[in-house]
Amino acid sequence: MSAAWTQAFAMVFEPYNMVVMLAASLFGLFVGAVPGLTATMATALLVPVTFFMAPIPAIAAIVTATAMAIFSGDIPGCLMRMPGTPASAAYTDEAYAMTKKGQAELALGAGLVFSAIGGLFGTAVLILAAPALAEFALKFSSFEYFWLVLMGLTCAVFMTSDRPLKGFVSLLLGLFVACVGLGNPAGYPRFTFGNIELMGGIGMIPMMIGMFAISEIIRFAVDTNPQMKIVDKPIGNVFAGMWGLAKKYPVQILRGSALGTLVGALPGAGADIAAWMSYAISKKMSKEPEKFGTGHVEGIVESGSANNSALAGAWIPALVFGIPGDSITAIVIGVLYMKNMNPGPSLFTNNPQNIYAVYLLFIIANLIMIPLGWWCIKVSKQILKVPRTILMPVIMLFCVVGSFAINNTAFDVTVMLVAGIFAYVLEDNGFPVAPAILGVVLGGMLEENFITSMIKSDGNLLAFVDRPVAATLGGLTLAVWFLPLLMRRLRRLAGA
Amino acid sequence: MPRRDEMKLNDAVWGALLIFFSAAVLTYVQRFPTIPGQKVGPALFPGLLAVGLAICAVLLIVKGLAARAHGGNRARWAELDGWTRSRRQVIAFFAVIGVNLFYILLVDRVGFVLTGVAYLATLFAIFGVRLKWVVPIALVATLVIHYAFYKLLKVPLPWGFLQGIVW
Repeated sequence: MSAAWTQAFAMVFEPYNMVVMLAASLFGLFVGAVPGLTATMATALLVPVTFFMAPIPAIAAIVTATAMAIFSGDIPGCLMRMPGTPASAAYTDEAYAMTKKGQAELALGAGLVFSAIGGLFGTAVLILAAPALAEFALKFSSFEYFWLVLMGLTCAVFMTSDRPLKGFVSLLLGLFVACVGLGNPAGYPRFTFGNIELMGGIGMIPMMIGMFAISEIIRFAVDTNPQMKIVDKPIGNVFAGMWGLAKKYPVQILRGSALGTLVGALPGAGADIAAWMSYAISKKMSKEPEKFGTGHVEGIVESGSANNSALAGAWIPALVFGIPGDSITAIVIGVLYMKNMNPGPSLFTNNPQNIYAVYLLFIIANLIMIPLGWWCIKVSKQILKVPRTILMPVIMLFCVVGSFAINNTAFDVTVMLVAGIFAYVLEDNGFPVAPAILGVVLGGMLEENFITSMIKSDGNLLAFVDRPVAATLGGLTLAVWFLPLLMRRLRRLAGA
Repeated sequence: MPRRDEMKLNDAVWGALLIFFSAAVLTYVQRFPTIPGQKVGPALFPGLLAVGLAICAVLLIVKGLAARAHGGNRARWAELDGWTRSRRQVIAFFAVIGVNLFYILLVDRVGFVLTGVAYLATLFAIFGVRLKWVVPIALVATLVIHYAFYKLLKVPLPWGFLQGIVW
């Protein structure tokens, strides 16, 4: 145990790793602060670079960059009324109202300090919950895994959309994409139409780059809104009054962090949904709900902690089961496989030093966020002046080269472009993209466990609920499917 | 949660497309071999997905037709987004896709550096970067990306007909 910790410390505090973390922090702060560039996009852009790194620096880069990006997304929200990442959108109006009242430093300070606290809370839950879950999961067979994946996919549909039908379509399309190639239990080339490049399946990384980066750039290209103005007011000391806020809103901080971690851990839903939910709860539970929307800091405190805690929460199912908690960890899982750190309970028993290193990375990332975030707020006006007309094309060329770099094939650039156009069209038509991503990532796992279970039980479907844990998971999954329908029927009956 | 409602196609149109797609998949998977002695083969999983998709498609058609019957903003079969009425945005949209196609088709022959400069310069010009800066910035950005990937990360970016003067 202690030997593993020593190893973890050595890996994390290695100079190379420290430099990577610092560089990733600056990258993350920048990407988060530029509207239109998201934390998920930061991850997708990092993958081609981390491809050439050892496992721990690669993970370090992603953990730090995303933590920083989720915080710095608050900055343009506060100064321009434009969220830097979707995770800040929930309280952008509130923060902007505070800026207009001359309280920009209070809004930004609350975003920064309580982001760090939320992040540390999520990390604590990750450290406590993940090993316990992993030990439990060691006893899982294909039946339990089948239900677990199905439950994860179901959650993704219901959590990421208020239109479950379109969520299901998106999910099924994603699962279908995962069917392409040789990677199925029978090893038969499906839907390859004789194309050699498709034999290995559709490349996950180029597809993610397309869905998260190219689609954003298309959206930028067709955006008819003119660039909004930056509020030109001096920003005071962002740390002033933070202790007072922490003493005034301890329940809100705890509630936001806990809800954020939970939402993060649920497959499909990430920091953005955590922030929306927590802002709504904050308003509902507040003693002064009438102040919300007029530049009141309470909601920012609560949902600011929620979105950062969601980041860590999402890693729990990702590390233990290989089921991503949000779209960032969906990419991370791809990276883990590339680095031979296949997620699953055995990761905790065979290579505990790697897991401990991940814990340390999260703690460090959330601590260095405070000084670096402070500095980022200082230079934010310069960052916001970087013309996006230059930035967006350069990022797109970077995406092209990055997609090419994974396998050195131009085919992957085509995959990226097609995925980008698809994601844009789907979202434009009200189909949520997150379930599709989960479908692509988990399709192979779902099919493998399904087919293995079918073979084991000789096609007897009752075997799927024969083991107690499998039966419980199965029951829960079906409940998530049918509960909304049942509730609606009951409500109608009650009404009539 | 805010919702960007820029419905392009009526749900029923999506449903019809999806039905067509799932029928094609179902027909195609019939050709997959079965594994001797097993009840389940490679066709089972995609087959089930296609059935699920077909069910969703029928529900979408029902919803779409209902929306049409009720009228309102989703009543039309297809509707174009607001941006399609702006010439500048339409050009930008096709340029974003076009430069990527251009890259995919030509990069091996023309080489990364020249393709990259043309790629960026086109987009800069269309996005409205000041003209005298278009080529210099495109050149510098391309060279930086080339240096990072070709030199530092050892990605074999093609040289095309600059092959003779590799640096």
